[in-house]
Amino acid sequence: MSQTPADLRYTKSHEWLRTLPDGTIELGITDHAQQSLGDLVFVEVPEPGRHLAAGDACAVVESVKAASDVYSPVTGEVTAGNPRLATEPELINRDPYGEGWIMRVKPAGGAATETLDAAAYEAIAAAGG
Amino acid sequence: MGRRTPLYDLHVAAGARMVDFGGWDMPVGYGSQIEEHHAVRRGAGMFDVSHMCVVDLRGAGVRPLLLRLLANDVGRLTAPGKALYSCMLRPDGGVIDDLIACYLDEKWFRMVVNAGTADKDLAWIKEHAKQIGVAVVARRDLAMIAVQGPNARSKATPLLPEAGRAAAGALGHFYGAALDDEWFVSRTGYTGEDGFEVALPSEAAAGLWNALAASGVAPCGLGARDTLRLEAGMNLYGNDMDETVTPLESGLAWTVALEGNRDFIGKAALEKQRAAGVARQLTGLLLGDRGVLRAHQKVFAGAAGEGEVTSGTFSPTLERSIALARLPAAAAGSVEVDIRGKRLAARIVKPPFARNGKARIES
Repeated sequence: MSQTPADLRYTKSHEWLRTLPDGTIELGITDHAQQSLGDLVFVEVPEPGRHLAAGDACAVVESVKAASDVYSPVTGEVTAGNPRLATEPELINRDPYGEGWIMRVKPAGGAATETLDAAAYEAIAAAGG
Repeated sequence: MGRRTPLYDLHVAAGARMVDFGGWDMPVGYGSQIEEHHAVRRGAGMFDVSHMCVVDLRGAGVRPLLLRLLANDVGRLTAPGKALYSCMLRPDGGVIDDLIACYLDEKWFRMVVNAGTADKDLAWIKEHAKQIGVAVVARRDLAMIAVQGPNARSKATPLLPEAGRAAAGALGHFYGAALDDEWFVSRTGYTGEDGFEVALPSEAAAGLWNALAASGVAPCGLGARDTLRLEAGMNLYGNDMDETVTPLESGLAWTVALEGNRDFIGKAALEKQRAAGVARQLTGLLLGDRGVLRAHQKVFAGAAGEGEVTSGTFSPTLERSIALARLPAAAAGSVEVDIRGKRLAARIVKPPFARNGKARIES
């Protein structure tokens, strides 16, 4: 069974979002997503300073089985990509909501993709979404 | 819902992720695919391969039938139990399937064919067999378990029926032994490691599977099977070759016995192709950059032209991406591959990439 922490927000495309104390949003992929992908072998994270619009592909997670884009649900500027993922992509498998975070983005306001609470996301994941 | 093997319930109970493969619901993995892969290279792993089809061919005409149907030469099979890998071809040289044929006696050969092609294979074989009086029986009553890895034989042999252990233990590479009409053990596989493939009555499959697991053999899914076979430089039917290409364009010239007078189906087409010059080759690629080669990515080989990746993956042994690709015959040295819109450099290498626990390519 996959974990879906109640204190995070989620997207239909299997990202999770955590609002940090300074208002920055930390983003990763869900436990359900990492389980579906299997062993991750390669992760491409965005460079700090990159401007993203909501819905932009901002990272690539690649497993033995498949490559998958990660989408930013918010408009804003990237403040950090997780540097450890370059050499330890398996952090996403091991700790998807912690050490396996992918990027941090400072929201600029404006358009944002609809996000879900844990229960709504679990329903989508359980339906094979 | 696809077809289920006799081990389906065990896979689900073990938490396997099930996927469709050739119309069958099969386990793609039980946890970490990379760990399953290493278990086979370093110790022992097992695969449910019951979706593959055992075909018994019986009758006095069986050897002449296979001399005609197979591109490799069953005339080489003189010692009982000796097996051989071959393609079965269309008259135009296209590959109907690849298979293993085992000579058991002058009136009995046993073949193992792919799951997704079994129906068309059987129709093709039967059409030719009826003219020659050979009975063709698909053994859907049998399950099959592949036990692979350096420790596979020592773990599996004590778990076979007692009367057959000595025969199984004495098998040389690419030999098989029928322990009775149902139990059949061959020293073959699809991983580049030593081991057995065991055909057995469906009702005995769960017992052997559980006993192997209890002795420390890791359950492995089709995901690890694919990375293992690709490291071993073995083709996958439907990816690396099919009816639109010949063995000569598929890295399988070594399996085609063109010499002598034997007239097999597809021979004339292959001779003609060889005389004209084979325009394409199937070769290995080793990716220099980070990223993963995948089937259908486009390959740019400079002045030699373009080609396509037919199978690609991340190699757990090399920790680099590897692939098989069909390229123009003149391609050599380095190429570029379009990976998700970026052109990355890859080197042409001769498979296998890894076998018997070791890397075979300098990375």
